[in-house]
Amino acid sequence: MSDSVFNLKMLKAVILIGGPQKGTRFRPLSFEVPKPLFPVAGVPMLQHHIEACAKVPNMKEIILIGFYQPNEELNRFIASAQQEFKFSVRYLQEFAALGTGGGIYHFRDQILSGGPSAFFLMNADVCSEFPLQDMLHFHHQRGNSHCGIILGTTANRKQSLNYGCIVENQETNEVLHFVEKPSTFVSEIINCGIYLFTPEIFAHIGTVFKRNQEDRLLEEPPCGRQLRELIRLEQDIFTMLAARKQLYVYKTQHFWSQIKSAGSAIYASRLYLKRYNETHPERLARNQEGGPKIIGNVYIHQTATIDSTAVLGPNVSIGKGVIIGAGVRVRESIVLHGASLQDHCCVLNSIVGWDSTIGKWARVEGTPSDPNPNDPYAKIDSETLFRDGGLTPSITILGCNVNIPSEVIIRNSIVLPHKDLNRSFKNQIIL
Amino acid sequence: MKALILVGGYGTRLRPLTLSVPKPLVEFCNKPILLHQVEALVKAGVRHVILAVSYMSDLLEREMRAQEQRLGIKISLSHEKEPLGTAGPLALARELLTDSDEPFFVLNSDVICDFPFEDMLKFHKNHGKEGTIVVTKVEEPSKYGVVVYEGETGRIHRFVEKPQVFVSNKINAGMYIFSPSMLRRIQLRPTSIEKEIFPVMAEEGQLYAMELQGFWMDIGQPKDFLTGMCMYLQSVRQNAPERLRTGPGFLGNVLVDPTAVIGENCTIGPNVTIGAGVVLEDGVRIKRCTVLRGAHIRSHSWLESCIVGWSSSVGQWVRMENVTVLGEDVIVSDELYINGANVLPHKSITDSVPEPRIIM
Repeated sequence: MSDSVFNLKMLKAVILIGGPQKGTRFRPLSFEVPKPLFPVAGVPMLQHHIEACAKVPNMKEIILIGFYQPNEELNRFIASAQQEFKFSVRYLQEFAALGTGGGIYHFRDQILSGGPSAFFLMNADVCSEFPLQDMLHFHHQRGNSHCGIILGTTANRKQSLNYGCIVENQETNEVLHFVEKPSTFVSEIINCGIYLFTPEIFAHIGTVFKRNQEDRLLEEPPCGRQLRELIRLEQDIFTMLAARKQLYVYKTQHFWSQIKSAGSAIYASRLYLKRYNETHPERLARNQEGGPKIIGNVYIHQTATIDSTAVLGPNVSIGKGVIIGAGVRVRESIVLHGASLQDHCCVLNSIVGWDSTIGKWARVEGTPSDPNPNDPYAKIDSETLFRDGGLTPSITILGCNVNIPSEVIIRNSIVLPHKDLNRSFKNQIIL
Repeated sequence: MKALILVGGYGTRLRPLTLSVPKPLVEFCNKPILLHQVEALVKAGVRHVILAVSYMSDLLEREMRAQEQRLGIKISLSHEKEPLGTAGPLALARELLTDSDEPFFVLNSDVICDFPFEDMLKFHKNHGKEGTIVVTKVEEPSKYGVVVYEGETGRIHRFVEKPQVFVSNKINAGMYIFSPSMLRRIQLRPTSIEKEIFPVMAEEGQLYAMELQGFWMDIGQPKDFLTGMCMYLQSVRQNAPERLRTGPGFLGNVLVDPTAVIGENCTIGPNVTIGAGVVLEDGVRIKRCTVLRGAHIRSHSWLESCIVGWSSSVGQWVRMENVTVLGEDVIVSDELYINGANVLPHKSITDSVPEPRIIM
């Protein structure tokens, strides 16, 4: 079958958005907004996925699968995406967390309705250039007897252990071996959580599904603790399909990162803001007469009010209705909507929560958790909160509606929502 | 009348400032520490000041020659070949001190207060014995050596080192006046006047205590230097308020050299001393600091409880606090956080110092 014929066939995309029990490393920010809607480079995390899908010809539908109760933020996001793009955008709610394979299997009829020739599957909490068309092209080159393409990238040996590791046939790129988070080194090629599947994948998931059902009926007591419908794509399906000429890996050289912790949201913002130079130059703030000084890549929402003596950037995102006073400095930070930064304050490596206030001459500062800049394959560490009995120095996060008084310093701390602080804090979680 | 000032050694407690300038010449509230004492002595009628130093400094000698001219007095440097403690220097200067029958003053060089030299002379002549020491009240006497004396006459009974039960809350303030006959008690060898000489004088009924009114501080180390500055500025507020700067942007007691340049939207004070030629750019917030001559603080920085050394430069949006001391010509890059750092001269700092430490 030629490329041109393939291109005429209809495509869909599925994005796994998880649920409120997931993304706890993103607290306290995920209290206010579902993590997939947290703004990265000025727009909801998911928007980047959807914009990438919009560039793929014949994309007909985006399906979000997760186990969030329908909520206002999600509805509003879907409505506005629906309006902005010409394909349909829907949310399908799982009755429980069914796993990365279980969710799509449960909704397979919805995914396959209309007869797509293939569909993309993406985790919401990744940041990527989403080379979807390259994946599609690669897919066509590999013939039509396989059922999936995994987007892979290179990690260093140590960090590869935190990901799904892929061994490939170097000539054909066939996946020969797949193992999730091995304890010893297996391969430097890791799974990006972005896939292209043909409808045949459901036959394989179905096999595992049936076997699970049967196994669990035999269990004593019947119906064990684990949900019978839970299927993990990585452990249950990929491992099984490896070396059966069913899975191929397409390796990208472009940027990719997980967004697990709030610290990685700042890193992901930097990657997306840099990419805006090519994809959305209109989203980047420019130095102009009467405006603030802009250094590097900065996003400013059009409704924000910013004094001309403020200095912003690099890697700063300023949300809706934010007010920034005279002589304010913001660097490597995300300022969420409604926040107010008073004169001369300094915000570095921090996320300032919705409607929070930072007083005059206050300093809000975190420690970046960037990947080693000297290792091209280094990834951001999804750091644990505590190490050696102390809070790991990380970015500072102010939850929603936090008030920081004038002249104090808040350093390497996490402040939970609705707190009025009255002094300086360092290396603390403030409940 | 004569006075002997015990200047001593390298002033290591006030490093890194004393790595560039001999301690007596470090400016305290915009005037070298030593001149606070010398000018007060001159006012009380002293015409010859002897500085007991254990190391020689060209800078100190030159400066003292200039001050001789300015004040119309004689200033001698008495150089110890080996450190002689707090009493030995008196023996070394014996000839200078005994050429008349007049009593003479002796003082530690680190002390700052409203110097009561005239009162001391009066008090001393009144009791007619060999020595008078000034005492000052402290809150926690158990940290010091205290002086036990008769309330009415001032006659000292004894000295108690770090008393565990309350015996007195008065401590030796480091200022004395002696009759020349007292010098027979001292030999030319390292001797502690407090431990070896005073107890004997007290026992013989030759030593009296005069209580100091007002503030007193030993400013020999940076933390106390800043505390002493606050006390001194408060005393200026009471005695010569016109010397303090007031107006929009100035809070509490602030002393500003007329050659300093201060930008817009700054908030300065309380308790700040700004030296000659200092530049504070727009939007600087500074409290409880001494900024020494020629330093430059850039926009939007926030400083509390710091000493900024001569010609140092502090970048924009720097936060500096907790008894940070910058030596001479230190450069602090933009946007850093400096917490309790001691920075040696000519150092350029490009990374934050989140916990107190010495930057070599």
